[in-house]
Amino acid sequence: MNIVEKILARASGEREVSPGQIVDAKVDKAMMHDLTGPRVIDSFREIGVKRVWDPERIIVVFDHDVPPSTIKAAELQKKVRNFVKEQGIRYFYDIGRGGVCHVVMLEKGHVKPGELIVGADSHTVTYGALGAFATGVGATDMAAVLATGSIWLRVPETLKFEVDGKLQKRVYAKDLILHIIGMIGSEGANYKAMLFSGRAIRDLGIDGRATICNMSIEAGAKAGIVEPDEKAMKYVRERAGEPISPIRSDDDAEFAKVYEVDASRLEPQVAIPPSVDNVKPVSEVGDVEINQGFIGTCTNGRLDDLRAAAEILRGKKVKDGVRLVIIPGSQEVYHQALEEGLIDVFVKAGAIVCGPGCGPCIGISRGVLADDEVCISSANRNFVGRMGSPRSKVYLASPATVAASAIRGKITDPREVG
Amino acid sequence: MKIEGRVVVYGDNIDTDVIIPGRYLVLQEPSELAKHAMEGIDPSFPEKAREGVIIVAGRNFGCGSSREEAPVALKHANTRCVIAESFARIFYRNAINIGLPIIEASLRDKVSEGDLLSVDLVSGIIENKTKGIRIQAKPLPPLAIEIINAGGLTKYVRRKLGLE
Repeated sequence: MNIVEKILARASGEREVSPGQIVDAKVDKAMMHDLTGPRVIDSFREIGVKRVWDPERIIVVFDHDVPPSTIKAAELQKKVRNFVKEQGIRYFYDIGRGGVCHVVMLEKGHVKPGELIVGADSHTVTYGALGAFATGVGATDMAAVLATGSIWLRVPETLKFEVDGKLQKRVYAKDLILHIIGMIGSEGANYKAMLFSGRAIRDLGIDGRATICNMSIEAGAKAGIVEPDEKAMKYVRERAGEPISPIRSDDDAEFAKVYEVDASRLEPQVAIPPSVDNVKPVSEVGDVEINQGFIGTCTNGRLDDLRAAAEILRGKKVKDGVRLVIIPGSQEVYHQALEEGLIDVFVKAGAIVCGPGCGPCIGISRGVLADDEVCISSANRNFVGRMGSPRSKVYLASPATVAASAIRGKITDPREVG
Repeated sequence: MKIEGRVVVYGDNIDTDVIIPGRYLVLQEPSELAKHAMEGIDPSFPEKAREGVIIVAGRNFGCGSSREEAPVALKHANTRCVIAESFARIFYRNAINIGLPIIEASLRDKVSEGDLLSVDLVSGIIENKTKGIRIQAKPLPPLAIEIINAGGLTKYVRRKLGLE
């Protein structure tokens, strides 16, 4: 069996499982946030169970609209806070204590190799970076998990991406995953899992692997995953403080399809609105003037991302007429960025730095777009109206490409900027 | 389980951000969400759907976020069924869990806006009554039918736990 099948077999108490089979699996961890939480709670009440299945295995993180921008949002957050207290949920990251849920889950040690994790958020797939099988579910599915600790899942076929070669300077994990999504399309992995392996993946740190797994959902994937190596084990050992029993693919594991990708020839990539799979090398994007740049989110709001942006922005200025919004992914990232002087670089460049959270990525607050405005963003979706007006446009790229574009006022190859 | 309604046609990759934009997710009342259903692509949808409609779309319907508000908004805007060539997996689960009937079928060139359709979820037979065409779609898996018949996942779980 491959890593995906082995994790699902373990979680469902089966000796062996194969793609297409429906299993009733026991969940190791369940995560929800301020925006999906209220509906989860309503469905949980409808089910009518008094207590959650295990308050030690539930993680709640506030990130989507923090601090709340409307009275309505504040009320909903109060509702979730009350539920956390009522149920004795152990891991609750309130405003100022955590950050973006998918950043927090990894850095606070809530993800271990071999675990089955579900989250009431589509980007839950991020946790594959540490060798977990993690998938996003809706509110009612999550309520059923809170009530029973289990979920039915169809064992997915697995697509293997063998990524060899070494990424060029200023080409990053983001460029690689955009390229892969462009290659297989926005439903190229629908109902399937994506396994990323090869030298280029081994060379990536956990931050880069998180970026890759995070965006597997943009190809429709049920999970994105990297086989846990010593780098992943070290990261988890330092943070989880619990025993780890990693699961890896058997030598004779089977895959629905194997794709070979050469990382060494890759240029920085850009996804052109309004679809994530409309991906072009930056050199072919043409002259696109921007009104806003945005660096942050569960895709690219980690320390390595801020370092890459600071390398470009150091001693430079954001072009007049352009706003650059930078949002560290978590309190920990924010603090480390302060210690390393990255925030100083951003502020001197004329960027606005906001406290950890999802920011304008979902079009709720802190940088939403007006009619006909153009934004280049390090986030994960460029759908119509995603960041505000349905007439605005969002281009997706790496933090370095966003930073370079903010300096020049138009979409720019980060290799052209000093 | 037979469903009838007039057709509204959309294309490929109808994502959850156009079905219900993020800024409306603070709305908890299904009827409030319904007022903004499909606003990102077709603000006139709630009006069109008033008498009950069947959405016919292309590939990858419901791609994007896990927001259950997407099928909830469609259901409460009076969408009786969504027929698409394929669905994104989270939307597919969510729709079944909240009791919005969905079925996979390719109806390109077989329906036009306003046609009267009849759908049988169990047999997978779709009839275009306006054009007099019959199409065999992939029926829903048994577990999905069981959940829809129970009245959604919350009721299904209640029954499983012996609470009903």
